[in-house]
Amino acid sequence: MRKKELKLVITFHTTADAMAMEKACKEHGAAGRLIPVPRTISAGCGLSWCADLTEREALKSVMEKVGLQEEEMHECMV
Amino acid sequence: MIYMDNAATTMRKPKEVIEAVANAMQCMGNAGRGAHEASLDASRVIYDTRERLARLFGAESPKNIVFTNNSTESLNIAIRGVLCPGDHVVTTMLEHNSVLRPLYAMEENGVELTIVSSDPSGNISYDEMEAAIRPHTKAIVCTNGSNLSGNMIDIARVGEIAKRHEVLLIVDASQTAGVYPIDVQQMQIDILCFTGHKSLLGPQGTGGMYVRTGLEVRPLKCGGSGVDTYNKHHPKEMPTALEAGTLNGHGIAGLGAAVKYLEETGIDQIREKELQYMWQFYHGVKKIPNVKIYGDFSTERRCPIVTLNIGEYDSSEVSDELLMTYGISTRPGAHCAPLMHEAFGTVEQGAVRFSFSHYNTEEEVETAIQAIRELAEE
Repeated sequence: MRKKELKLVITFHTTADAMAMEKACKEHGAAGRLIPVPRTISAGCGLSWCADLTEREALKSVMEKVGLQEEEMHECMV
Repeated sequence: MIYMDNAATTMRKPKEVIEAVANAMQCMGNAGRGAHEASLDASRVIYDTRERLARLFGAESPKNIVFTNNSTESLNIAIRGVLCPGDHVVTTMLEHNSVLRPLYAMEENGVELTIVSSDPSGNISYDEMEAAIRPHTKAIVCTNGSNLSGNMIDIARVGEIAKRHEVLLIVDASQTAGVYPIDVQQMQIDILCFTGHKSLLGPQGTGGMYVRTGLEVRPLKCGGSGVDTYNKHHPKEMPTALEAGTLNGHGIAGLGAAVKYLEETGIDQIREKELQYMWQFYHGVKKIPNVKIYGDFSTERRCPIVTLNIGEYDSSEVSDELLMTYGISTRPGAHCAPLMHEAFGTVEQGAVRFSFSHYNTEEEVETAIQAIRELAEE
C-alpha cells in the first residue's frame, strides 16, 4: 500500500454532486481527483474529492462559483 | 420500408447515438458504484446527459433531472408520488393511458378525478379546465401533444392557470420533447415527464423527468443507490431519491449523444422538416373522397402526425394493406388514448396514424399519398 498522507477530503450527498465537482474543478483548473470515500468518514456519497490541504480555499471558491454544496469537508489520512 | 410510425418510436437514430451505445457497452462500468475509471466514465456520461437535458428543458440544475425507463415510469412516479387520498386532480380527454391508468389507480385510492372534455376536433377548453379546479385540487396532469391527433395543449397557458390556483402542473411531453422548445421555468411546469426513444432520438428504455426544486415526490422504488449504505431508508436527496438501482448507463450514453445531435442540428430545423412532410401528406390526402382526417389542422402548431380512416374500413386492414402493398409502416387500431377515440367516434374502427421524422423524404410522402388515393378508390 502507498504511504498515507494527510489530505483534504470533500464528501457529497449524491453522485451527481460529486460529478459536478469533478467537472467544475476541471473547468476552473482546480486540483484533486475523485476517490472512494475513506472508511474513516461516514458519507452520503461513495465518491469524494481528494486534494492537498493547501487547495482548501481554491476548492471552496470553485464550489461557491458553481453553487455546489459539500456534505462535509475533512482532513484525513488517505 | 417506408417508416411512418415515429410517434411510436423513432426507428432511425443518428449514427452518433448508435456509436455512443456501442462504445458504452465496451467500456462503461456501473455509475456511482466505485471510483475506478470505468465507473467514473459511466458517471461522467450520465452526468453529461443530465446537464444536456437540464439545458434542453431550462431546468434549474442537472440535479432536477431524474432518469427513468420511459414516460410511463416517469408519469407513475409523478402521479403516485404527489397525489394523496382526498386530493382532487384535473386531466384531459387527450391523455394517453400512461396518464389515465395511474390516475384511475389513484381514483380507487380516494383521489377525485375530473376529466376536461375534448371538442370534435380534439381540442380542450382552457376555461373548462380552470373551472374544474376546486379548493382541494392538488394538480393538473396533461399532455403537451396528443399521440392520436397531434393536437397540442398550450402548456404555458395551463401553467398560468396552475399558478393562479396554486396547483401543481405535471406534463406528459412524450410527443413534444425534442420537437418543440420546452422551458419548464417559463411554462411553470412542476414535473415534466419525457421518453428518450421518440423525438429525443435516443434508445428505448431511456426517459426521465424534471422535478422542480423543493418539490417532494414519494419514490416508487427504493434500493441500491451507491450511497449511504448503512441507512435503512433510501436517500432523500435528488436525483438519487428517485433513481434506485443501476441506471441504464448504456442507453443514457445514447440519449446523451442524441440530445447533443439535437443541439447541433437544432430542434427548430428538425421540426420544420417534420411539419413540412406532415403538411405535404395532409394536403395530399385531405380531398380524397372517403378519407376522414382527425384533429385540428387550422393551426401551424402541431405534432407531425396525421391520423385518418378510409370509409368504413377497419383501420388494421388499411394499415396492413399499406405495409403489404406499399411497404409503408403505420400504426392502426386504438392508440392507448381511449377517451380521444371516444371523442372522435373511432372506438370500433380505430384509426391509421402516420407520424413523420426528419429522416423521411418528399418521395416517401408522395408514395404514401398515392397509396391512400388508390386504397380509397377501391
